[in-house]
Amino acid sequence: MRTRRTLTALVAGLAASSLLLAACSSNDPETPSGTGGAGGDDASEVEVFTWWASGSEKLGLDALVQVFEEQHPDTKFVNGAIAGGAGSAAKELLQSRLQAQDPPDTFQAHAGAELTDYINAGQLEDVSNLYDEFGLRDAFPKDLVDRLTVDGKIYSVPSNIHRANVVWANPSVLEDAGLDPKATYATLDDWFTALDKVKASGKTALSIATTWTQVHLFETVLLSSLGTDKYNGLWDGSTDWAGADVTKALENFEKLMSYTNTDRDGLDWPDATQQVIDGKAGFNVMGDWAEAAFQEAKKQAPADYIYFPVPGTDGVFDFLADSFTLPVGSKHPGGTKNWLNTISSLDGQIAFNKAKGSIPARKDAQPSEFSAYQQSAMESFGQDTIVSSLAHGAAAPVATLNAISEAVSKFTTGAGDLATFQSDLVAANAG
Amino acid sequence: MPKNIRRWGPPLLLVSPSLILLAVFVYGLLAINAKTSGTDNHTAAQTTGRAPVQWVWFDNFVDLLGSESFQHSLKNLVIYTVVFLAGTMFFGFLWAFLLDRPVRFEGWFRSIYLFPMAVSFVASGVVWRWLLNSNQGEAASGLNRLFQNIGLGFLQNNWWNNPDWGIAAIAIPAIWQMSGYVMALFLAGFRGIPEELREAARVDGANEWQLYRHVLFPQLSPVALSAVIIVGHMSLKAFDLIMSISKPANYQTKVPAIDMYQFKLSFDYANAAAVGVILLVIVAILIVPYLVHINRAEKH
Amino acid sequence: MTTAFDSLTEPIKAAPRTGGGTAGRDRITVSRTVKYVLLLLFVAIVLIPVYVLLVTSFKGPGDADPSRAWSLPQVWTLDNWTGAWAALQAPLWRTIALVVPSALISAVLGSMNGFVLARWRFRGADLVFTLILFGMFIPYQAVMIPLVQLMLNSGIPSGIPTLIVLHVIYGLPITTLIFRNYYMSVPNELVEAARVDGAGMLRTYWSVVLPISVPSFVVVLIWQFTSAWNDFLFAVFFSSSRNGPVTIALNNLANGAMLTDYGISMSGALLASLPTLLVYVLLGKYFIGGLMSGSVKG
Repeated sequence: MRTRRTLTALVAGLAASSLLLAACSSNDPETPSGTGGAGGDDASEVEVFTWWASGSEKLGLDALVQVFEEQHPDTKFVNGAIAGGAGSAAKELLQSRLQAQDPPDTFQAHAGAELTDYINAGQLEDVSNLYDEFGLRDAFPKDLVDRLTVDGKIYSVPSNIHRANVVWANPSVLEDAGLDPKATYATLDDWFTALDKVKASGKTALSIATTWTQVHLFETVLLSSLGTDKYNGLWDGSTDWAGADVTKALENFEKLMSYTNTDRDGLDWPDATQQVIDGKAGFNVMGDWAEAAFQEAKKQAPADYIYFPVPGTDGVFDFLADSFTLPVGSKHPGGTKNWLNTISSLDGQIAFNKAKGSIPARKDAQPSEFSAYQQSAMESFGQDTIVSSLAHGAAAPVATLNAISEAVSKFTTGAGDLATFQSDLVAANAG
Repeated sequence: MPKNIRRWGPPLLLVSPSLILLAVFVYGLLAINAKTSGTDNHTAAQTTGRAPVQWVWFDNFVDLLGSESFQHSLKNLVIYTVVFLAGTMFFGFLWAFLLDRPVRFEGWFRSIYLFPMAVSFVASGVVWRWLLNSNQGEAASGLNRLFQNIGLGFLQNNWWNNPDWGIAAIAIPAIWQMSGYVMALFLAGFRGIPEELREAARVDGANEWQLYRHVLFPQLSPVALSAVIIVGHMSLKAFDLIMSISKPANYQTKVPAIDMYQFKLSFDYANAAAVGVILLVIVAILIVPYLVHINRAEKH
Repeated sequence: MTTAFDSLTEPIKAAPRTGGGTAGRDRITVSRTVKYVLLLLFVAIVLIPVYVLLVTSFKGPGDADPSRAWSLPQVWTLDNWTGAWAALQAPLWRTIALVVPSALISAVLGSMNGFVLARWRFRGADLVFTLILFGMFIPYQAVMIPLVQLMLNSGIPSGIPTLIVLHVIYGLPITTLIFRNYYMSVPNELVEAARVDGAGMLRTYWSVVLPISVPSFVVVLIWQFTSAWNDFLFAVFFSSSRNGPVTIALNNLANGAMLTDYGISMSGALLASLPTLLVYVLLGKYFIGGLMSGSVKG
């Protein structure tokens, strides 16, 4: 508070000189509407802050906006998209705007623990009343609603669901290595034998990319080695990170990393997936947005590529969801409400997910409208156990994820051994 | 009194806009930052005043400087700065030396050497990520592949993918970008030396090498000092480079600015601020001797 | 050193040309050849990344891949360039509207500061200079949150106007440094003569100092032009894709949260660097000249 007052005083002292500067420079064609402050139910517009600025994500957003304009013609959609990538500064920007109490009307965030900080900071409104109003409690699977609920309140509305625990493989590489492409692997140990064969054939057995993809692989290994209950326990404190079963999981991870390409840290996920597409690598573990990369390369399943759950995680759906929020202090809460209405509506979810390649969070979407992979994912989502993804912000808060990522990176670059890795992980989850 | 105004008024009028602006935008903000660094503001709830914030004096600094992870970042910053400075000074000087005497197409050479400064890392970062790919042998791509193709296969290495020295490779794109500027500085330095000095040395029977070694190079030390300061302040910008070539989460290439970014994103404002203060102190330690030096030089 | 200076005071005799014989000429030819070979070698090295940018910018989606960085496009396509041009056109104009005023204003302010600090030896001038210079090293990340709040309260519209203000302010230290060093080298007599004529400080600055400052203006303008043009951090924080400069558009063009389109990102990168390149080519000669006329003598 005091900081604010100091700032205001500084600004006053500054006014003269900055006015001078502003006068010289106000040649900007676009003058933003004043500082509103109308509050109430202002639905004249909605500023939507996303990372969806290009590719299939932009197509998805465009499709969604089309539905929005049909459903709510009176609310003007204002696109606040800032790409991720080098602009991870975009997340900093969002944080600063929330802190400065100048939030966008709604922003995109992974549903789940990633929201914890915003919730603790009191920057998000409880939207559970909208769940009742729009009938979402019945439209979404109960498992999902449970995972979104914090102390009886819900702070975001999911627009789509992705699955993280998927292995993508190139059948001809597997055949060349003497493997049956139709084979399934019940456990990681079974999979290791197959990986050995691909490695022996001279190809990269398991392609991987930069740190976050390694954390992604790591989480599926934890899930596979520990099972769902213990995996969930890692995030609520009931599973001990220092325990022997975690050590076993870390050993599995170490073994898996030994099958990977050495240039991993310099690649991003599309490069790793591309290696499977090009037949340079046998397997790749990636979320189901990889489907879009295979589609773009005009590949057909199961002739050109195959997919299956990470060995040992069959019947488990490691989920992450994009969701939208209602920030405290939004200038157009009515607009936000309309936006949340569209993204949770059946039409909105179908239009969005068909373009983006993910699946609707709603149970009532007809699978027949979607691609073969999406149909299989929708089926699993309906019947599998749902767990939260670590690498994508559903399972742990940002600080914990950062600390785990650093520990994984330190380990995989060879700056520490397995014991150090485990103690770093213990420290990461204690802090 | 009026005399005083006549004496003080005009110069004050000229500098005061800048001084006021800097007082607010540099020192005002740094003060807020310093204040945050002395608190235990480590969680999201505290940043918005929903949980109490305690004054902890220098605890954050003690913790940071004591942590292995932050020491690793500091070590990386030192290696990066040294390699970056040495590289830009070496190439900048060499190019200026080669272009000093009349050279055909000098304008072209100069423009090409300066060109990298024009390219933003927002996009060229991707190219550097490709070039600095760490695969060797059959799977090699990027520079390693190029080395193989031109028969310099022994030069292949894993670039920044090395927990001890990897950060040095991140300096390569920075050297690529800034060497042209240093060249321009040195070239101007060479050209600024009066022609008579060269002639006189030749009269004295100095050969070309002696001429450069004993007459021209010593004249350039002020230029070199300026270049070190201007280029040195770019080394704090390593952040953009690491964000686009490596990734913030890559342990082998992290520097304090990356730590600051990660702290801030996880709402640990106190530690983020403390890293900022540490960076400033490092800068002060480096820059104050320079200022003392130029002041002394001017008094003579 | 001493010999050189001593000989200066003597009348210069007909300078005997070094290396008059054929042997000497051969040596010169050899060293000249070596020089050109080296110069061309460095051109090649500097252009390596540019080559990759260029060939990739003509490649289709599957072709633009790190493993094929060195090879020419399988199919040449202009799609990336047309796509990039369509996306970057408007932001490029906005960037010009940002860069030109911010470079000019910070140059003028820097020149005023430089003049005062170089010519007006008041007590504490060095301290003031040090304090200004220190601003060059401010870690922007550390001050972003209060800065966002400050700009919000200042009422300056977000987008280009805010960015101009910020680039001017944070450009002050380096422009002051360059101008101060330049004015230190201006002969005292010039300024004194004006003072004898009864000109006050402002008049002296306006009619004597400013006209001879052109070389330093070139240096400062080039520097400020480049850094404002390539700035990304301020752009992200204080503008959006609707009203922001080209770096924002470039970033949005290339990076999805999940997907990256390499081809278009590289043609965009080249496209966005062309105006700066043009400035270098046009002002390059004056750039060296400006640096030469004293501005670098710390």
